[in-house]
This record gives sequence, structure tokens and C-alpha cells, in this order.
Amino acid sequence: MGVEGIGASVVRKEDRRFITGKGRYVDDIKLLGMTHAHFIRSPHAHAKIKSIDTSAAMEMPGVVGVLTGQQIVDDKIGNLICGWAITSKDGTGMKMGAWPAMAPETVRFVGQAVAVVIAETKNQARDAAEAVVVNYEELPAVPDIRAAIAPGAPQLHPEAPGNVIYDWTIGDEGATDAAFKSAANVVSLDITNNRLVPNAMEPRAAIAEYNEPEEHFTLYTTSQNPHVARLVLSAFYNIAQEHKLRVVAPDVGGGFGSKIFIYPEEMVALWASKKVGRPVKWTGDRTEAFLTDAHGRDHLTKAEMAFDKDNKVTGLRVKTYANLGAYMSLFSSSVPTYLYATLLSGQYNIPNIFAEVISVYTNTVPVDAYRGAGRPEASFVVERLMETAARQLKVDPAELRRKNFITQFPHQTPVIMAYDIGDFHASLDAAMKAIDYAGFPARKAKAKSEGKLRGIGISCYIEACGIAPSKAVGSLGAGVGLWESAEVRVNPVGTIEILTGSHSHGQGHETTFCQLIADRLGVPISQVSIVHGDTDKVQFGMGTYGSRSAAVGLTAILKAMEKVEAKAKKIAAHQLEASENDIVIENGEFKVAGTDKSLALPMVALAAYTAHNLPDGMEPGLKEGAFYDPTNFTFPAGAYICEMEVDAGTGKSTFVNFVAADDFGRLINPMIVEGQVHGGLAQGIGQALLEGVVYDASGQLVTASFMDYTMPRADDLPSFKLSHTTTLCPGNPLGVKGCGEAGAIGASAAVINAITDAIGNNKLEMPATPDRVWHAIHGNA
Amino acid sequence: MYQTTYHRPSSVDEAASLFTKGSDAKYLAGGHTLIPVMKQRLASPSDVIDLGKIAELIGIEPTGDGIIIKAATTHSDVASSETVQKAIPVLAYLASLIGDPAVRHRGTIGGSLANNDPAADYPAAVLALGATVKTNKRSIAADDFFKGLFSTALDDGEIITAVSFPVQDKAGYAKFNHPASRFALTGVFVAKTPAGDVRVAATGASQNGVMRVPAIEAALKANWSAGAIDGVRISADGLMSDIHGTSDYRANLIKVMAQRAVIAAG
Repeated sequence: MGVEGIGASVVRKEDRRFITGKGRYVDDIKLLGMTHAHFIRSPHAHAKIKSIDTSAAMEMPGVVGVLTGQQIVDDKIGNLICGWAITSKDGTGMKMGAWPAMAPETVRFVGQAVAVVIAETKNQARDAAEAVVVNYEELPAVPDIRAAIAPGAPQLHPEAPGNVIYDWTIGDEGATDAAFKSAANVVSLDITNNRLVPNAMEPRAAIAEYNEPEEHFTLYTTSQNPHVARLVLSAFYNIAQEHKLRVVAPDVGGGFGSKIFIYPEEMVALWASKKVGRPVKWTGDRTEAFLTDAHGRDHLTKAEMAFDKDNKVTGLRVKTYANLGAYMSLFSSSVPTYLYATLLSGQYNIPNIFAEVISVYTNTVPVDAYRGAGRPEASFVVERLMETAARQLKVDPAELRRKNFITQFPHQTPVIMAYDIGDFHASLDAAMKAIDYAGFPARKAKAKSEGKLRGIGISCYIEACGIAPSKAVGSLGAGVGLWESAEVRVNPVGTIEILTGSHSHGQGHETTFCQLIADRLGVPISQVSIVHGDTDKVQFGMGTYGSRSAAVGLTAILKAMEKVEAKAKKIAAHQLEASENDIVIENGEFKVAGTDKSLALPMVALAAYTAHNLPDGMEPGLKEGAFYDPTNFTFPAGAYICEMEVDAGTGKSTFVNFVAADDFGRLINPMIVEGQVHGGLAQGIGQALLEGVVYDASGQLVTASFMDYTMPRADDLPSFKLSHTTTLCPGNPLGVKGCGEAGAIGASAAVINAITDAIGNNKLEMPATPDRVWHAIHGNA
Repeated sequence: MYQTTYHRPSSVDEAASLFTKGSDAKYLAGGHTLIPVMKQRLASPSDVIDLGKIAELIGIEPTGDGIIIKAATTHSDVASSETVQKAIPVLAYLASLIGDPAVRHRGTIGGSLANNDPAADYPAAVLALGATVKTNKRSIAADDFFKGLFSTALDDGEIITAVSFPVQDKAGYAKFNHPASRFALTGVFVAKTPAGDVRVAATGASQNGVMRVPAIEAALKANWSAGAIDGVRISADGLMSDIHGTSDYRANLIKVMAQRAVIAAG
């Protein structure tokens, strides 16, 4: 309803402040008496701390305090937790090593904090940090999966023999093995899913303030989920009780998952603010972001697909080693298991799937959820296998996919997920049409005649979003429920505030969430405000990640709205002397259907608050809340096709075209959806062509700056051609599925499939740098 | 950044005199190398002497048989200079490839040459065109100027004042970007002199910084065409090898970029 309702490409309300430099981020906040923290970080990937001498630093100008890992242990501040328990195939639990917020005895990755200097200014803290003398005894390091699992490898944690955290399986191994035994054809691939740095534009930051008489803490932090931060900080870290801790996440400049987790720096800032009796601020710099933000991906996988004589998939067998870094980050355990292996069925009817995932410790920064979190890795495995199979079986890759598409819904896969709805043929049709798939052979031939290598690659992805039904994730080991809450407040003059536990870090909630209200009530979005990111204001919430904020967060708002509307209709009916069943809401007015009698929303609201003339027994006020727990995941899906040209002389790949046909269910704001897809595609293409973390043999991060870590730039990317096909999600009343991660999930396989098609060599790892592609062309990879 | 004393002299002589007074003075041109390392606290000069505002160091002038580019002239000014575009268009093109617009509006030719980054663009032009580097003390031929990685013939405190480029018969530059930094992963500059000599310089490739490529020079002297390079073998020995380009890949790029530079030169 209305020009600003659901489906309208309304310009983002929040952008005026962002693009005029008026956003308010953590680093913009200055508190009276605020001090500044600078962390002393390990230069070694693995070492024993022999001694720390802070005496000289304590005498430096402006220094308020120098605190060490031993003090944090002495003060009984809890070790960092992992919020999802994974059980190994032998029935044992995760082999988790202790992760204190600052290392008291042993450092296990370059950049791990060992001490912190608190001073009057940032520069004084930095100066004094240079005077802290840390004496290390270096230990041998394991910088990657292969080194970690090698016989006789250095051990990171006594709790985890062989550096293995868990060895987990899903699916029916016997049935899958049988499918392979009777297969007409088997296709296999070794896949490296390259490790990535999230690189949010805003680095992480924290300001902690302790109010001594009240024994109350306030933490301003760069968080995607401030309530989860408060819950974890209070329940596990022995810093503050929940009602004595306020967590505020103001504007957040990107996260991509990396700001879900509670990091050591936030814990130390809180603890230190009480120790020194002054507010403590820490803002990470870009180097600290590279060294200490949780990285993403990092899998080594062997995958095999079995086909019958009709080219139907009969089985999928996957063995993956996942690198979780030196410690288990908050949701690290779930990413390569329940967010990965449960999506290995892709868009296909695969009767037998068996996957084994072995997660290992290495002397690298912890790895956790990063845009897509497990699902890009799964989609890459399935779609690289499909493309490889088409080449091996000499069938058209689109036809092979179509032959195996799931067409009946709901569909129960062998790996937990029950797909509710989809139309995979429709999205592949749309993508093939958009790229003129039929005309490709002629284009390839023409390019060949001009000495160019041209290829085309398809990727049909599916993801599980709308995270998540609480009971289901609880049964799989999650430590939290993943519902969302909302409160709708209609003020006495009819303006509206929406309090939500979702928290935008770039998604445009302040616009899209208002569009729901505009749609329901017919009021302009300027009359609606969103309140989020503050545990003192918002009742509770689980935050924003996993493409959940529309499917779960907005549905919670809808549930609260329905209660508000029901009460408002009762008030309007009472005032208009009509039956509440006859009241309809149009253009901001409550009308008696079939008459010219109406009452504007402000009048209804005012009546609710003056309470002079309400129906008998009705409470004053117009404010309702709701908690919404989804019944299932949502399943966005789509087809991406990429056409590339490769320069044989240099190995440089250039986009000819990239088309995306997504099914996200109902779109709230198509313009914002488009922006989300563009961003996701940039990150998926970044993974395929450009980005990749490199640690050297001693565990030093080689790609620790933008001079070495290739972030995608505008001129690295094509002008995307986007389209949508729609099946409405039956699991929520809005029919929405989520769009935040799709691009990052589907893009990389399309790119690699296109390049390998162009060069005629399927052996190519990500990132497919010109060097690697050139070597692959010339057969000496 | 540690504390330092910033100076803005108005003449080359004043700059040189300030340099001798500082205990550990550094010249600042565009600042793209010095400022980042100072921010990282990897350099802590006692004095920073800004050459960027000295009027006598800025400007581009035609000479009888070439052009003179003064040392503090920015890449952007070189790229957009009609004088350069007319006399040695490839030099303007090369300047337009350096970094990004922000870099090109700060970075200077003198700063780039004095720093002699092994992947910078200008050294390839200076070496292949047979330019002369003028300083406050002397003139240095290109072949004598570059002394290896981040090393030049400049004495301590010596200031580049200008670079004199002769116009050659043919000149072309082809650069393959480092994917992350956008420096040259390998860039090759080719030039043919009026006397028929050929000079070819590669940047971004050698462990010792910019270098001439005699094998390609010989092939092109015999036959100025891209095809003439087909049979040339470039050894990977002594070439840089890193995560973005192995030495054999760089050896290939020297050849491929040389061919493209010849085609561009016409």
C-alpha cells in the first residue's frame, strides 16, 4: 500500500547522514575523562611468554595503567567461549583449548594481545607500549591445515591431541558408499576454499565506562548483535551482571559476520575501565583488523559425486578439513558443520550424502562466520562438481543441472534441511536468457578467431537463511535461540517507533522496516523511526547475520503491528460507534467500510493515551511487543552465469558478462536488494579472483595490508545484470527469504567454472590470480 | 608517528642547508613512501624537509630535442601536460597509470626516482628513454643513476631538481598491474633512438629493481616488431617471486609486455 510500502524502491533514510559524514560510529564518541588503550601484541605465531616487564612503561607520560594477561586471569575474568557444541563421530565433545582475553603464558597467533597500556592519549599509550618488554621463547608453529595434521606436528592445546577439535559426520555413510559402488560414473575434485579477511570499512572499536557507585558498565562497541554481546559478557566472562551492563552499538560500518563475535578487546576495555576508574577507548587500526578480526572460509576438501547411467546424481561424498585458527571463536564450530554440510544437496535431488568435517587448530587468527558462512563453501563444492561432471560426462552443464533439479516441494534432503519452496528451472531460465546462453558457442568461436580464450560458467546456489528456528538449532548444539523480538510504539500524536533486536550494519533497516509500517497503515515512512542497537532501549534481540533480519526481525515487527492494529481498530470502532470488524485501515485512517466515517491515526493514538473514552476494560496506550520464532529456515536460491575472456599471454581474466537471477521471495525494497546483491557478488568475485590470506611457514601474516591483500575495486568488477524470479516463502507471513549473502554464496563457482572452461584446464585454485591462470593455461600449475 | 620537525623551504639551497643541519633529516616530496612508514613508526626522521612547495622544482619545459620535467611536478601534471603529450606521449600515458587520482595529485617524479621502488613506473621510462637526472650538484645519466633496490647514485642530501627526457623515434610502455598495490607487477618500456639503437627497461621484475633487457634490445634492433621477441628467452633467475607473481611468470610478463609496448609504440 502506498508509494513507500512493500515493493517500493524507497531511497534509504539513513544515507543522508552517512554520505554527509554525520554518522555516529563508536570512534566518534568521546566521554568525559576518557583514556585510550593500546594493545601489545605477539610478534610470534607460537611462543611462551617468559616475562613481561611493565615498569618502564608505567613511568611514561600520561600512562594510567599497564595490564597483563596474568592480571586478567588473577581477576578471574572468564575465557572466551564458543557458543555451539559439536559432537564428534565417536561421541566425544569438542576439544577446546582455553582462550584468555590476553595471553598469560602462551601466544598462539601473530597479533594475539598479551598486555594493554591505558593512557591519557592514544599516542601516549602507543609510546608506552614500546617500553613494555616482553620476553618470548619461540615455539614451532603450524600455519595451515596440512601442517597442523601432519604426524609429529607441534601441538597448540593440550586438550586437542593432533590439533583436532572435532571429527564430525553427517548423512548415511553406508548408503552413500553403496551408491558409489553401483555408480556408472564418479567425478571427484580436490578443492581449496581460500581464507579471507572480512575487511569491514569501519575497524572494530570499543569504549567502556564504569560507574562505580552504581556498579554499572556501559560498553559502546562495533557489534551486529549488542544483546548477544551483553548476554555473553555477563553470563560467561564474570565482568558484569546483565542488568548492570548496557551495550550500545551505534552506527556500524560493515561487519560481514566479523562483528557478531565478542572479542578480547571489548572484554579488556570493560575490565580495564573498572581497574583504572576511567572510561577506556580502543579503536583498532587496519593492521589490527587484518591480524585480529576473525577470518573466513579456509577449507581443504575432497569431494566426489556419483552418477547413474542416465546422469542422475546418486551420491555425494565429502571430506573437509576446516581451519578454525588458534582458538575457537564464538560460532566457529557451527560454520563448517551445520552451516556447511547441511547445504551440500544444493538444488539437486541427491538421495545419498555423507560428509565428514575435521576442524583443526593452527597458529593463525581464529576463523568464524563471514558473509555466507559455510554456505559459500558448500555451494562451491556442489557447483564445481556439477560443472566438472558435465565436462567429464560430455553433457551441457545446464542440462545436467536441470536433470537433477528438485522440482517437488517440500523436499527433505539427506542432510537435515527441508526445502520449503523454490523454482530452480525458472531462475536458470532467466539467467540463461539474460546472458544469451544459446549464443555462447558462436561468441566463443569468434573470440578464438581473435586469439582470445572465452568461457562460460554456471552456478546454481541455494542457501539456508532466516536463521533460525530455535528448537531446531538447539537440538543441533546451539547455545542460544535464534528468534527475534520487536516492539511497536504508536506515540500519542500518531508517530511510530519500532524497537527491534535486529541491528543494521549497512543493510538499510531504517528504511525497509519503516516500509512495512507504511504498507500496513498507509503513513509516510518519515512518520516512523527505528530504534535499535541499544540494550537499554530495545527489549532483547539476537541481531543481524545469516540474512535473517527481514525473515525473522521484520516478521516480529509484523506480529507486533498486528496486535497494535487490532487494538487501534477496537478504539476506532468505539469512537466511531461501529463494529471493529467493519474498520479498515487506509492512508493513515481508520475507516468504517462502506461509509464516509473515519478517524485519522493520530486521533486514534491520542484517544489511546488520553484514555478519556476507551472501550470498557481496555488499558490505555498503544504499544505492543512480539517475539517471533521461525518454523524453518528460508531457502533463497538462484542461478548465476558468468562469461569471461582470458588473456593467454598474461593469464588475466576479464568479465564479458555476469548475470544473476535470484529468488528471494517477496522484495521489500528492490533497490536495497540490488545493493545487497552487488555487495555479495563483489565479495564472491573477490574470493574467486583476488582475495586470499597467506601466512608464511613461520605463521607471519604475509597479506597484512591492502598492498598485498587484494580487495576488489570497482574496476575489477563487471556491471552486473540482475533479475528476480519469485516463489513466496511459505514459512513467514511476508513471504520473504533474505538476500544479504546470496551473491557471496553463488558467485565464486560461476567465475571459476567460466575461467576453467575458457582455458580448458579444470585444475585452478582460488584466488585465480593471473599468475595461477597463466600457469594453468601453460600446463605447469 | 614520532615527533619530528617539519620544514617548508622556499629554495633548493635552503632545503639542502636544512638537510645538513638535521641529525637525521629526510626530504619529503609526495610523501607516499615516507609518510606511511612514519605512521607505522618504522621511520623517525629528526626533520622532514618538504620539497613539494619549492617553485623552482615545479614545471615542465620543452627543450630543443626533448622536455625537462622538474622534480616536484606531480604525476597528474605530467599526465595532463600538453607539452609532454606532444613531445613524448607515452610518458604522459605512463604517468596516468601510476596509483590512483589521489596518488597522482601528490606523488612527484623526483620522489619516485629518488626512492627507486623496484616496481615503480618512472624508472622504466627514465632508463629506456635514456633520460638525464639533474640534481643540485650534477647531471647523472640514467644508466648510472639506478643502483639496485631502493638505491640510487644520489649522495646523502643530494636533491633531484629535474629530469631531462630526449625525444626518441619510437617509444611505448606496457604495464601489468600488481593486483593489490597497482604498482607494476611487471612493466616494460621500449624505445628506439634516432640512431637506430634500442633501449628496453623492465620494472617490477628484477630483484635489483629496474633493469635493461639486452636480449630484447638485440632482437628489436634487428627487427623492430612484436614478433621479433617471440624467440627471445627470458631467464627467471634473479627475478622477484612472491604471492602475486612467481619469477617464471614475471619472465613471461617481460616478454609479453615488451611485445605490447612495441605494438603501442607503433
